[in-house]
Amino acid sequence: MDIIETVFVRNNLVVAFAVVGVTIWISYLLADKLTAGRIHGSAIAIALGLIAAYFGGVATGGRTGVADFALLGGIGLMGGGMMRDFAIVATAFGVQLSELRKAGLAGIISIFAGVIVSFVVGAAVAILFGYTDAAAITTIGSGAVTYIVGPVTGEAIGASDTVITLSVAAGLVKSILVMIGTPLVAKYIGLNNPQSAMVFGGLMGTTSGVAAGLAATDPKLVPYGAMTATFYTGVGCLLGPSVLFFLVSAIY
Amino acid sequence: MIVYGVALLSGCLILGMIIGEALGAALNVDANVGGVGIAMIFLVLASNSEKFRSLTQDAAGSGIKFWSAMYIPIVVAMAARQDVAGATEGGLLAIVAGVAAVTVSFALVPILSKIGKKSATEEN
Repeated sequence: MDIIETVFVRNNLVVAFAVVGVTIWISYLLADKLTAGRIHGSAIAIALGLIAAYFGGVATGGRTGVADFALLGGIGLMGGGMMRDFAIVATAFGVQLSELRKAGLAGIISIFAGVIVSFVVGAAVAILFGYTDAAAITTIGSGAVTYIVGPVTGEAIGASDTVITLSVAAGLVKSILVMIGTPLVAKYIGLNNPQSAMVFGGLMGTTSGVAAGLAATDPKLVPYGAMTATFYTGVGCLLGPSVLFFLVSAIY
Repeated sequence: MIVYGVALLSGCLILGMIIGEALGAALNVDANVGGVGIAMIFLVLASNSEKFRSLTQDAAGSGIKFWSAMYIPIVVAMAARQDVAGATEGGLLAIVAGVAAVTVSFALVPILSKIGKKSATEEN
């Protein structure tokens, strides 16, 4: 047993490749046999990943899902920000410049619209739940933007730790919901071409959610959505502690 | 050489990240502003340009395509390391805020996509 553990821990990234490979194989098998291809295999694989992450978090009390198990530590590296960004950029290989130009303006509008709409909705929910101080309302609203904008804003304007934790949770719910929901609603919101994918990325903004959601819908759309989504968090961090906080302060 | 493509990809990401960090610092924001998006634009420009042909064609190109194809497995690993337990612990407020934000944003996709189509046809 000790020998196996040593080998797994020392070669954790290689173990992650094998584990993810088997997961994807099972997922495609399930997609084929159980849903007759109606649900994309990658959507099932992502859902399995999230379920595993839930149990990993409950079992270990850690914050990085299954990666908190020593034997699966490599999942943390494989699914971490560095590898994610590297692979996302690689998906841009072969993208046509003309497609980018076509959606340029709508893409930029969607980033600002997405940040402001998510913020307003999040802030409204905070008010409905009885929050009355501007810092808390702004922080929870920012959490509904993304789970990075929430804490960045909260720390900048001096919100309480409880409120910052809530804002991270709201952002996580959003990110996970985008991962699961995108393939289910894609048909109804016209998400089947590069232009709408760029608008989608700009509106949703959560890089992980958009990346996984589009991968489960149609991998060809990933680079377009990811390109606008990566600007979203930056715009959110820019607007949250400044304009949006001032607006909320003016009302409360 | 496969590694030429991988090196081009790495160069694009590093350059994009540096610009994203610099943008963040210039705007006084504690975040990387669009670094990945900028890196993607560099790679698009390089793969559409004649000058970079030797770094994007044949074997060099398959070095980039490999990482592009590893994208979904990496996303599955990313899903498996999310703090899902933390998301559900946030309670009702977090869930309502997250669900509401996603629902409204989904509804806006077709509306804003129309703007994109309109401006595209006007240009043509």
